[in-house]
Amino acid sequence: MAGDAHGPLEQFRIKELVDIPVAGVQLDITNSTVWMVVAAAGVIAVMVGGTRKRALVPGRLQSIAELAYEFIAGMVRDTVGDEGRKYFPLIFTLFMFILFGNLAGMIPYSFTFTSHIAVTFAMAAVVFVGVTVLGFIKHGMHFFSFFVPPGVSVFMWPLLIPIEIISYLSRPISLSVRLFANMLAGHTLLKVFAGFVPALGVAGILPLAFVSALTGLEIVIAFLQAYVFAILTCLYINDALHLH
Amino acid sequence: MPQLEQISTYASQIFWLVVVFAVLLGVMLRVALPRVQGILEARQKRIDDDLARAAALRDEAEGVLRAYEQAQADARAEARRLLREQQEAAAAEAAARHAALGERIAGDAEAAEARIAEARRQALAGIEAAAGEVAQAMTARLIGVEVDADEAANAARQAGA
Repeated sequence: MAGDAHGPLEQFRIKELVDIPVAGVQLDITNSTVWMVVAAAGVIAVMVGGTRKRALVPGRLQSIAELAYEFIAGMVRDTVGDEGRKYFPLIFTLFMFILFGNLAGMIPYSFTFTSHIAVTFAMAAVVFVGVTVLGFIKHGMHFFSFFVPPGVSVFMWPLLIPIEIISYLSRPISLSVRLFANMLAGHTLLKVFAGFVPALGVAGILPLAFVSALTGLEIVIAFLQAYVFAILTCLYINDALHLH
Repeated sequence: MPQLEQISTYASQIFWLVVVFAVLLGVMLRVALPRVQGILEARQKRIDDDLARAAALRDEAEGVLRAYEQAQADARAEARRLLREQQEAAAAEAAARHAALGERIAGDAEAAEARIAEARRQALAGIEAAAGEVAQAMTARLIGVEVDADEAANAARQAGA
């Protein structure tokens, strides 16, 4: 299937646009790079361009900017509390970048950079390492008590502590695979059903209707996955700050 | 699956992710988030100010209302006082006039009684005189004796008494 130029996975292929070899490593500008820039530019257009007038009664773009700000600020406040204020810019940027990446991927012929495990895992790894470092800075060696479930008898520790450690270490994997797999599956499904439309002739109206409905669902998933990534990051920060 | 096949692109993807994300984070941190926060705070301040001003205006209006009600109560009390004074004055004057009228009526009644007594006396005197003349005339006609007018009058008076 990978060799098929029109297969449903072909849309995920990274195409080199500008060849930039640096010390034997290819740091090429690719279609992925372009759509990262598009997503970032979209976020800046809304958050900076939309708030240019600083209107007392906001227009459409400013409303979106304020809504996004208050939404993420509320999320950070609810999950982490007031100490979470420091991490708000990072969580906000993560959410907006993933959201706009997901949404830009819905544009026909575009590329969804969040459908690549390299990207999602890099983000999840930064969150994981950052949160772990934060936990050690905040609590020192006491951070290890996080792996000991409170109120459990000592005899259960040999069983539960490994489970807790595995669960902790699997966080970056679940965080990255969740986003990557959702984007991959949704876009693949769209492509598969879109392929049925010309193949079925007049009856192709049915898969067309399905693809239309699925597109709506995919837009919801684009929001949902950005939200899940952001709120899990908040929860991890909360764990690091407050342990149990 | 290109995600797992194009391992040679991982470096490029992660490099550009870091670059683009860092730039975006910088713009959010420096420009966008402080600006949105400023907008929201300015709006909240404006709302708070408006609420404070509305509360001040309400207090002022309540003060005016209280002053008005006080003035109205004062005016009512003053009106009641004036009314009472006028009523008392009117009552006193009415009593005085009533007394004066009573005196005048009593005076008039006495005078009238005196006049009636005088008239009665004159009338009685007239009747005595007439009775004397009648007695004089009757004696002359009946027994042909001419009696003196005074005698006749006395006789008539004695007969009348």
